[in-house]
Amino acid sequence: MGVILRKELADHLNSTRFLILFCLVVCVSLLITNTVSLNIRSAIESGAKDPHLFLMLFTTSGHFFSLVQFIAFFGPLIGIIMGFDAINREKNDGTMSMLLSQPVHRDAIINGKFLAGLVVITMMVVSIVLLISGLGMVVIGVVPTPEQLARLLLYVVLSIIYIGFWLGLALLFSILFRSIGTSALASIAFWIVVAFFVSFATNIIADVVAPIHASEDVDQVMKHQRVVEIISRCSPVHLYTDAATTIMDPYRKTTKTLLLVGPMETISRARFNNPLDLPQSVLIVAPYLITIVALTSICFAAAYLIFMKQEIRSI
Amino acid sequence: MATTESVIETENLTKRYGRFTAVSRLNLRVFRGEIFGFLGPNGAGKTTTILMLLGLTEPTYGHVAVLGFNPTRRPLDVKRRVGCLPENVGYYRDLTGRENLRYVARLNGLPEDEAEERISSALERVGLADEGDKLVGAYSRGMRQRLGLAELLVKKPEMMILDEPTLGLDPKGMAEVLQLIRSLSKEQGTTVLLCSHHLHQVQEVCDRVGIMNEGHLVAQGTIEELSREGLKSEEGKRLSLEEIYMRYFREE
Ligand SMILES: Nc1ncnc2c1ncn2[C@@H]1O[C@H](COP(=O)(O)OP(=O)(O)OP(=O)(O)O)[C@@H](O)[C@H]1O
Ligand SMILES: [Mg+2]
Repeated sequence: MGVILRKELADHLNSTRFLILFCLVVCVSLLITNTVSLNIRSAIESGAKDPHLFLMLFTTSGHFFSLVQFIAFFGPLIGIIMGFDAINREKNDGTMSMLLSQPVHRDAIINGKFLAGLVVITMMVVSIVLLISGLGMVVIGVVPTPEQLARLLLYVVLSIIYIGFWLGLALLFSILFRSIGTSALASIAFWIVVAFFVSFATNIIADVVAPIHASEDVDQVMKHQRVVEIISRCSPVHLYTDAATTIMDPYRKTTKTLLLVGPMETISRARFNNPLDLPQSVLIVAPYLITIVALTSICFAAAYLIFMKQEIRSI
Repeated sequence: MATTESVIETENLTKRYGRFTAVSRLNLRVFRGEIFGFLGPNGAGKTTTILMLLGLTEPTYGHVAVLGFNPTRRPLDVKRRVGCLPENVGYYRDLTGRENLRYVARLNGLPEDEAEERISSALERVGLADEGDKLVGAYSRGMRQRLGLAELLVKKPEMMILDEPTLGLDPKGMAEVLQLIRSLSKEQGTTVLLCSHHLHQVQEVCDRVGIMNEGHLVAQGTIEELSREGLKSEEGKRLSLEEIYMRYFREE
């Protein structure tokens, strides 16, 4: 598999596609650091003292997105671009028949492709995060504590797995559909639905399942809200945003919306507004992480199984 | 050249796609060292058979043994020893011919310096010495086909399966390919399964032929045997492969 992985990596790194993506990534991180760190700096000057300033580099949205939002919405695109034509292009070019008549395991081909994609994604995410922290440190002049670094690392891993999910999905479509156009379209359609329409649909479904007849009825409102949460938890974009903000924002103690927080909790939140330490944040975020890992694995496993059984015939 | 040790043996090999039977109860035998011509009209099931021989698709039922291995269970053992030129083979367009061959050599685990040597001589031998460093995207169809043959020369397999290797070659190229096949089989005792529609050339190089039609193997044997069978009573005449072939398809 090493040989295939190396070739796939070299392919990615030499491609124009990668170059464009990388330029985009650099631009975005510059833009984010610029707007965000200026905001933060003016906050410091006006006297705010927050030990978690460093992490705010990634979660504060200036006039633009925060990095967390950016990856939540456009990370999928990176994954899709790396994977939507991985298998069907080789089938159409006849190189897949050539590859399969060599003494390599079929799984080495798909694993190699997936891993090469993951490596490229890792490179991208790590370089964005490094760029932003480096520039941010220079501009706002704060140094991260070890705990914050740990949070950052966790966040990087989370982002890689999240984009990996989209890579797996694109790979799956590139196996299912013979035409490159169709697989690209299917992946993008899926992305648009999940990113933009799910929140729409959630509210509609929640209205049907748990309608609010009287807005002063707390029970009804809570039930409605709970349905919304359950449904939106099926969306990887939502999962990722929730998990990422919990990791990166120590003040966020729950992923629930305020409405669902019990009264005692609200009081304690107001009174003891202490940041959570890392293990506590991890505890809150663990189920989210596990769900994202599971989604990614399911996608890849489906792609893997279908590919292993598929007959490859070049036309 | 040919011995009686069979390197390909199939027993009632059958492949169905849904309700359509592409290959039906095929009993094929190819002996070590021979050049076997695999003939049949379009859609007869030749490519499907080859896919099953390499473990690229699973038979619906029946047995296959290639060099003693079951290709479905041990595809790597088969592919290590068998070089295959698939139908419509393709190479990476953004690599040069030489780089493509290097990749294949690496996939086969050849040591670097030996691979370089084999690649240069293979490119020479298929007439791509000057084009070896051009991108494959800029190759003509025939040049790609030649690159496919070069790949087999780099791999030096015990047995070769060629699915229409002369497709898209010019007449001179075709003659060269046939010459190449013949000399490989002579020098290295390579067994060759050659799938082709050019009966004339098959007759020239092949020791034995098999003719398929609609998934069935309708004839198998040396050209003399088939000729004798076809003539039955008419003594003293010999049929060309073309005449034999046409006899099987005349009534349709
Ligand atoms: N995936 C598939 N699903 C259904 N039928 C198929 C499939 N692949 C091939 N076939 C059918 O199987 C039959 C045999 O096809 P095959 O490619 O083996 O023919 P062939 O002998 O190689 O023909 P040619 O000389 O044109 O290359 C054809 O009738 C084809 O339509
Ligand atoms: Mg064919």
